[in-house]
Amino acid sequence: MAQQQLPRFPFDDKDLAKFREVQQLAYHCAEQVAAWIEPGVTERRATAKLRRSLVQAGVQDFFHVPFAWFGDRTAFRHFHTPLQFFAGSRVLKEGMPYVLDCAPVVDGYTADIGYGGKVGENPVWDLLAQDLRVYRELILREVKARRTLAEVYAAVDAQIAEHGYDNRHQVYPGRVIGHQVTRTTARGPAGVNLFGFGVRTLQTLGRELVKERLEGRSPLWAGGKASRHAPTPGLWAVEPHIGFRTVGIKFEELLVVTEEDVYWLDDDLPHVRRWALQEGTV
Amino acid sequence: MTGRSTEIRRRTVDSGGLRLAVYEQGDPTHPTVLLVHGYPDDHSVWDDVAHDLAADHHVVRYDTRGSGASGVPARREDYRLELLGQDLFAVADAVSPDRPVHVVAHDWGSVQSWEAITTPGSYRRFASYTSMSGPCLDHMGHWMRHRLRRPTPRHVSQLLRQGLHSWYIGLFHLPVLAPAAWKLGLARLWPKVLSDLEAVRPRPGHPQPTLAKDAVRGIELYRANMRPSIAKPRERHTEVPVQLITLQRDRYVSEFLSEGLERWVPRLTRRTLNATHWSALLEKGPVIAGLVREFAARDHGSPRQEPSEGGELVVVTGGGSGIGRATALAFADQGARVVVCDRDLPAAQRTAELCALSGAKSGAYQVDVSDGAAVHAFAKQVAADFGVPDVVVNNAGVGHSGTFLETTEEEWRRVLDVNLWGVIHGCRAFGQLMVDHGQGGQIVNLASAAAYLPSKVLAAYATSKSAVFMLSDCLRAELAPHRIGVSTICPGIVNTNITRTTTFSGLGEDEQAARQAKVSKMYARRGFPPEKVAAEIVRAVRTGKAVVPVTVEAKAAKLLGRISPGLLRAAARINAG
Repeated sequence: MAQQQLPRFPFDDKDLAKFREVQQLAYHCAEQVAAWIEPGVTERRATAKLRRSLVQAGVQDFFHVPFAWFGDRTAFRHFHTPLQFFAGSRVLKEGMPYVLDCAPVVDGYTADIGYGGKVGENPVWDLLAQDLRVYRELILREVKARRTLAEVYAAVDAQIAEHGYDNRHQVYPGRVIGHQVTRTTARGPAGVNLFGFGVRTLQTLGRELVKERLEGRSPLWAGGKASRHAPTPGLWAVEPHIGFRTVGIKFEELLVVTEEDVYWLDDDLPHVRRWALQEGTV
Repeated sequence: MTGRSTEIRRRTVDSGGLRLAVYEQGDPTHPTVLLVHGYPDDHSVWDDVAHDLAADHHVVRYDTRGSGASGVPARREDYRLELLGQDLFAVADAVSPDRPVHVVAHDWGSVQSWEAITTPGSYRRFASYTSMSGPCLDHMGHWMRHRLRRPTPRHVSQLLRQGLHSWYIGLFHLPVLAPAAWKLGLARLWPKVLSDLEAVRPRPGHPQPTLAKDAVRGIELYRANMRPSIAKPRERHTEVPVQLITLQRDRYVSEFLSEGLERWVPRLTRRTLNATHWSALLEKGPVIAGLVREFAARDHGSPRQEPSEGGELVVVTGGGSGIGRATALAFADQGARVVVCDRDLPAAQRTAELCALSGAKSGAYQVDVSDGAAVHAFAKQVAADFGVPDVVVNNAGVGHSGTFLETTEEEWRRVLDVNLWGVIHGCRAFGQLMVDHGQGGQIVNLASAAAYLPSKVLAAYATSKSAVFMLSDCLRAELAPHRIGVSTICPGIVNTNITRTTTFSGLGEDEQAARQAKVSKMYARRGFPPEKVAAEIVRAVRTGKAVVPVTVEAKAAKLLGRISPGLLRAAARINAG
């Protein structure tokens, strides 16, 4: 394995500021939709609203199309084909959880975020939302210790089992808990997508996949052999997705891995603020 | 017996313009029991049951629309379930305006009673419901949909078998044929049909003289309701306590049709009776009356009461993870109070926390099941804090892999201490409590497919599980007179953390970890979740099943052990650790 020759961290402070800005923008739009959303709304209407507010905010392209999942679809129950990820006609009802997921691109800087919410009362969601914090801390700790990505994945799995939940990120294509994010430089037409992924995304992703696999690494972070390598310096969109029966929740945000340090790109995010608030009230 | 209980008083009740012939017996100040007959009967099918119940109940029967002395609807639409359900409300309102009534129904009477019972707010009118041989058509629609969507071999076989049982429903949808059959002689032959196929002795006054007419008109019940309900099933829940009496020799309604009924009926009690579709009423009337009497007399509490407060009490050992945790959650879902113990207290507490999400009252204790004194103290504590359990699941166990000679004495002791002695302690401590309590119950012991599937690399583990299997068989015989059932669960390869803590004889620490990871991965790839085992455990408790192999490999091994034990002995040589 070529673990000794890890690539240099490719971004400077200006780049990181831009990435942070796009991620803030994405979460801001998700929060706007969350404030608007109410029983009776369908997944399709929610994604349309999310897309509109992103485009209004200056987004030019999407790494992948916006997603919205309602009810037991937040836990990907009865998902058999990838087509089921796309927003459907499911109607939001009182007490239902929901997840919004979008990946806007501005000037080639990509954000990929996940936002979990609920309408009305849902004690299961409350517990999941609170426990999600453990995963954010666990992942940071494990990556800091430079454990292989596969080992971090296993540690997350063990934590999920301990909590009595189940791993829902394994439903994503490739069972990934995360993927590398680079600045897209590809030329293809912006705003055009294939199977839900932007054409530019696919170009960049394809190129990275080939390059990294040749180096014995993978830009996709899963639990298998391809992820048995130390965290590659760069930016990782990490998306632990946990579920309990019909309720699922996730966050997704960028993890910065440099040669010296590992940290979450931004701590000023809705879920982190929510935990701080809870701690304050407790 | 007083004259009042044998005298039958006739009256007519109007339901949406249709006259219903109603028959009352017994003292009207007693609790009212409303009996609803099926197809092609009329009220007289209840004669024995009514006679028995009238001693201490106000017994009411009626001829359903289109049968006996009741009015005959003009159109097929007038046989729709909505109207049939309204009939039940109308009769209940007329005979017991102030107090909710207990409904008992059979066959199509049961189908139409489900309609009334699952009407929102029905608990104000109905105190309890005893159902025989007639599912809610909406539940049946969902039952079929679920199986068509997930066509596992088991589901497909259930669909086929129920299809075979329902052959006549198809015939009833054809024009001319069925009415002609009834008119041209089937009605005359009916006593013989009942006697030959249903083990019902011919008796004077039965079947009713109007049988041929009733049977022909009743075909409309099928034609008006079968297709719409099955094609577009509605979500029908009920808060009314329901007693489902499954008739073991029923030719028309299979036992498995009620699988998953708890989804719609949280307060469900299951009973099984060795009877045919009609012998239950016509030969075993007093038995049915006894079951109704007992169920109606039960204090079901107010319908709005939290089910967790008075629900059954379930104890699960090793409830901190895997099958134990899943089982605790499955019972909590059904409104049971759940007590879990585990060596790992935080894990047990976590399970209790998850149970509480279902609204269940729950408790967590730290117990090492291999310590007899500790288990006895635990049982005492549970009895003091929660009461005597209705269900005890002896689940705690450890995995160990090693050949007979490789396994050290210490390893042998550890495996037997937890897997065998743990179950012995659990059965002794709780079994005694349950016997003294005298309320019956169920003990569930977790064995394994390894209990009957020898393997040279599972010497100690398989021995311990085999012992659990046998002790359960012996205990079942002993506890039967106390109405305490014993179920042995034999799972095959299930994806739980038992593999991550399994020890291997003759391996160093590093190798242990590597082997644990390897086996865990193999189990994960098999992907059989503990929740499915939990569902089987709940089912075993509800049906009182004695031995339950879970997973295909466990079932296949059990079958193979019967067909060719020699083959299993030969396969035991394979190094499958």
